[in-house]
Amino acid sequence: MWEDRDRFVLSKGHGCPILYAAMAKSGYFPEEEIYTLRKINSRLQGHPDHVRFPFIETSSGSLGQGLSVAQGMAIAAKLNHKKYKIYCLLGDGEIQEGQIWETAMSAPKFQLDNLVAIIDANQGQIDGHTRDVMDLAPLKKKWEAFNWDVQEINGHEFHEILTALDKAQLERKKPHMIIANTVKGKGVSFMEDNIEWHGVAPTPEQRDKAIKELNDKVLKG
Amino acid sequence: MTKYLKVNPSVQKASRTAFGETLVHMGEKHPEIVVLDADLSVSTKSAGFAKKFPDRFFHMGIAEANMIGTAAGLALSGKTPFLCSFGCFVAGRFETIRISIAYNQVNARIMGTHAGLGIGEDGYTQMALEDIALMRSLPGMGVLQPGDPVETRKMIEYLSSHHKGPVYVRLTRQNLVSLFSEDYEFEYGKGVVLKEGKDIALLATGGVVYNSYVASQTLEKEGISSTVINIHTLKPIEEELIVHTAKSHKRLVTVEDHNIIGGLGSAVSEVLAENGIGTPLLRIGVEDIYGESGTAENLYEKYGLSINKIYEKTLQFFQESNRPGR
Ligand SMILES: Cc1ncc(C[n+]2csc(CCOP(=O)(O)OP(=O)(O)O)c2C)c(N)n1
Ligand SMILES: [Mg+2]
Repeated sequence: MWEDRDRFVLSKGHGCPILYAAMAKSGYFPEEEIYTLRKINSRLQGHPDHVRFPFIETSSGSLGQGLSVAQGMAIAAKLNHKKYKIYCLLGDGEIQEGQIWETAMSAPKFQLDNLVAIIDANQGQIDGHTRDVMDLAPLKKKWEAFNWDVQEINGHEFHEILTALDKAQLERKKPHMIIANTVKGKGVSFMEDNIEWHGVAPTPEQRDKAIKELNDKVLKG
Repeated sequence: MTKYLKVNPSVQKASRTAFGETLVHMGEKHPEIVVLDADLSVSTKSAGFAKKFPDRFFHMGIAEANMIGTAAGLALSGKTPFLCSFGCFVAGRFETIRISIAYNQVNARIMGTHAGLGIGEDGYTQMALEDIALMRSLPGMGVLQPGDPVETRKMIEYLSSHHKGPVYVRLTRQNLVSLFSEDYEFEYGKGVVLKEGKDIALLATGGVVYNSYVASQTLEKEGISSTVINIHTLKPIEEELIVHTAKSHKRLVTVEDHNIIGGLGSAVSEVLAENGIGTPLLRIGVEDIYGESGTAENLYEKYGLSINKIYEKTLQFFQESNRPGR
């Protein structure tokens, strides 16, 4: 890997299938390899594995650790006078971990304006809606109180995502937090906001139905 | 040999499921039982208790350290907390357990589920492989791992009503074959002899007890007479039983779905060394490496815990060490 690349840390490591898919499409590895996912001897582990698969910036899957690791990378970039950015994707359940709030505390102290964290605020986790399991509202105010540069966006609108990422380059001396409001299973009628789909693979029929629904929506705009 | 042996491969249940069911029954009898979970109640099977006793169940969110500390406070106030998560996540908060629970010597029951390679496809990050080692190192911490659903139920009943002090219990995601009759009596700290032989003894714990038992039956066909002992209490380990077994057999084998460092293999080695016993020991388990994704079956085959692999390794160990000149 080239040294000046931006880093992406998937702190919510269980989301790795989509990361692998994006990497395959970007040419990191042959697309056929996707089918080894979660199978024995595969580089594509059920949760990201940096040693087996060094394109992954850090191993993750135990929630709550990625933001600290991203912070370390951001400090190293500063020490080395490098311009690259560190992006870190967090779950809205994941941020219940105390370690997240330790980084919430420390990143502003180190003035890590090269660190961009994104919360996938889909309101869901395994045991239910985040508001019922362990509510973190008001989320934006919490991060602001910790002295982060915070934006809140609709995480399904590409222009909002891109604008937010651009804006995150402007504010100096503060780490950036983008709260991306999303819906779990967005666009698939039988999955949308349905907690029972966490970590469940669709049957081939369900998969086809889901792809059709998504295609219909995307094509209709 | 135990009189409760009733191996029935057609009756299977995960030890986490047996735990969840028993916990509901115990909740009725023992109002002091409270349950905490860190966003895995569906998986750890504490969800049944949550449904039945919502006032005594606490969703702590994905915040294991906070759960551990809270359980300690509850226990210091007379409650019997069962705190539940995957073994790797809860044992991973070692230092919080070390002080708030262990050093305080409170009646907390730390439930670590999805132990070992048996979790399968989720891979290493969700796979407790060092939890026994960690928990065993804490003075006064009981470390338990049931080998079948009946034993799980009896163990949970015991921990709900009698036991004093902190305990770590290690449970499986995968189904376990029923080994015991319903009237099985759980004895804390006592190994359970499932089969008696004279050449070689297999000491197994948790989800691999059944595999060891079947492997041992196959050894008989090679003319090797083998003993099988289920070690459900890893700490305090039953020293006399191990000493006696080591002295009465030519070879010992330990079998565990855990790193061979710090688990059953280590516990047995310590007893042998301290008693000056030189019986050769083979430690079957995860050989000081990280686990990976795969089906539990594939992983057991690759890492040497399938019936077939336990059989092969034991046979080879017996034959090698029986060669003249060794
Ligand atoms: C430390 C830790 N505890 C528990 C888990 C088990 N776990 C995996 S995913 C998950 C829920 C995650 O919810 P969230 O962060 O909101 O992710 P998303 O909704 O985006 O899937 C849990 C509890 C874990 N991986 N790590
Ligand atoms: Mg979520």
